[in-house]
Amino acid sequence: MSEELIVHGIEWTVKELFVYPNEYIYWSIQIVMYPYMTGLVAGAFVLSSLYHVFGQKQLKEIAQFSLVFSLALLPVAALPLLLHLQQPTRAMEPLLTPHFTSAIAAFGIVFTAYALIVLSEIWFVYREYFVAQAHVLKGEPGLANAMSRIVYRVLTIGAYDVSEEALRVDKKAATILAAIGIPVACFLHGYAGFIFGSVKANALWMSPLMPVIFIMSAVVSGIALCMLTYIIIMEWQAFRRRRKGSGVEASEIKGAEKETINQATRYLLGFLIAAISLEMLDLIFRGYTAMKSWDILRSVMYGKDFVNIFVLQYTLGNLVPFVLLILPGRTLKRTVLALLLVLFGVFMMRWNVVIGGQAFSLSFSGYMHYEIPIIPHSLETFKEGLFGALTVIATPFVLFWIINKFVPSLRRDAHKS
Amino acid sequence: MTCSRRDFLKEAVGGTLVSALPLSAFVFITTDEAKAAIADSKVRWAFLVDTTKCVGCGLCVKACKTENEIPYDAAVTRTWVERYVVTKDGQTHIDSPMGGRDGYTTDLIRDEEIEPEDIDKAFFVPKLCNQCDNPACVQVCPVGATYKTNDGIVLVDRDWCIGCGYCIMACPYGVRFFHPEHKVADKCNFCYHRISKGMEPACVECCSFGARRLANLRDPDDPVTKIITTERVAVLKDEYGTKPHVFYIGLDANVR
Repeated sequence: MSEELIVHGIEWTVKELFVYPNEYIYWSIQIVMYPYMTGLVAGAFVLSSLYHVFGQKQLKEIAQFSLVFSLALLPVAALPLLLHLQQPTRAMEPLLTPHFTSAIAAFGIVFTAYALIVLSEIWFVYREYFVAQAHVLKGEPGLANAMSRIVYRVLTIGAYDVSEEALRVDKKAATILAAIGIPVACFLHGYAGFIFGSVKANALWMSPLMPVIFIMSAVVSGIALCMLTYIIIMEWQAFRRRRKGSGVEASEIKGAEKETINQATRYLLGFLIAAISLEMLDLIFRGYTAMKSWDILRSVMYGKDFVNIFVLQYTLGNLVPFVLLILPGRTLKRTVLALLLVLFGVFMMRWNVVIGGQAFSLSFSGYMHYEIPIIPHSLETFKEGLFGALTVIATPFVLFWIINKFVPSLRRDAHKS
Repeated sequence: MTCSRRDFLKEAVGGTLVSALPLSAFVFITTDEAKAAIADSKVRWAFLVDTTKCVGCGLCVKACKTENEIPYDAAVTRTWVERYVVTKDGQTHIDSPMGGRDGYTTDLIRDEEIEPEDIDKAFFVPKLCNQCDNPACVQVCPVGATYKTNDGIVLVDRDWCIGCGYCIMACPYGVRFFHPEHKVADKCNFCYHRISKGMEPACVECCSFGARRLANLRDPDDPVTKIITTERVAVLKDEYGTKPHVFYIGLDANVR
């Protein structure tokens, strides 16, 4: 088969019974990653806002971290879309000629607005620190320090006023931005749900509940990822300190952590309950109304995708972590396990929506199976395969590592300097 | 840096004027003006498929692929023919290998042999883009690369499509696909390059049985329009509210 004959989707789609000739799994792993990553961004931001807006003091530490982490996640929400486009060089067109009857057209605008909010909130929160660094590094020897100082001077954007009055204004601005950010974050993700929920041709996707379900599970996954990363980083730092022999400080940190984790867990459970309730409502409603598409939907949900939906998503990804988190005597290890399962559960939910929605033919007379490309043999099988997805997952951590160098989001880092 | 209020206002007004200058190069028109500029067409293309005449030879698929330069051996096609075999046990067997391009020359349906005496009825159904009046694909295109012309045909701008696949997902009929060479969305357009010059679409021209015919719904004297308006015809999947414009004679309840 010559290169130009490779039809998009043919390499990972297996058809069964009658499927229209042009039907393939056109939206594959990257479109699973897209709502997943967007959800993490939105969730991380909501977690940070719980402190900034609602004054949840116990969340102060994780809130700071979540805010910076949501910035690291932000570009990665757009990355899967870019990797998925057949014409990636035209990726800016939705911004240049947006066609507003399309849900995707709003992406550029919502995404940009959201990015500006996150960036400016971080700027207001960290401005004092930037100014301090610009002063501290002044006259320090070495090229690295000189370079750092230039970066910090650029980051201040010339606002060196750190009087009490100015800092008060900073704080107020950050709070206002965090407050505006919550609806925008929800909108960013809710509309990702709308992209799917409004496809009337797709029997599984079409549901007005879709945006709400997406928002709830987004917050769940965002909180889970922030908690997990926070625990791992803090534990790693405590571990390193212990090895250096300053045990007192390490135990101090651990106490603070527990309180933060407890509070965050409470929010996590709340949103998890909301997400599951809505999903159950959707499922029951479909079964009860039993529209034309129900026969094929039922055969997919209770048959072909049973393990994916009921075992992996609902049991392993929702029920088990729920029990793990709610049982008394929770340890940090158990929390980590529960958080990993929650993240897995939300990923499976995205998978079951995106891939599950394409598991049956528009003719309702056949099925399509998605075989994710593992070993890539072309750019396409890399992008829309396992390694493309892993690239997307790894990117926010790399970005966070870089951003955190200049915007220390964990108390320990800030103390160091 | 200090900046008095007066200075700030001066700079702001100046800056706004300078940046507004290039904007004046654009002309803003009202919806009415835009409508007047496009002028109502005297044509509304539609299609009539007589399933009772189709023998499943696949010549239309061959002609379409050749005429519209869809790679011949690629497993995507702008038009296709489905075979339906309804057996006495109430089962409906459907297939369309390579879109029916090579004609239905064997009794095997997906490697399954069906005995002639088990068959209640069997027929062929040609499919193509429905050129909907309310096209879901046009609604969801994020960049406006796919659009409906004023004579009713939905087209794709190959130079502007970003290849997101949203239109493919939105079409309830599964007529859209990614062109293997151009890497953009592709679909049947009733051979727009031919019909706008007074010719027939390739599939219509090559159909020896008259199963496929083109109609201009705005021309009451058009013989095909007369059939559509005076005889009993049906459309596919009208429950989606897309207002499809491919009309069928002899459509069966089993047709998907």
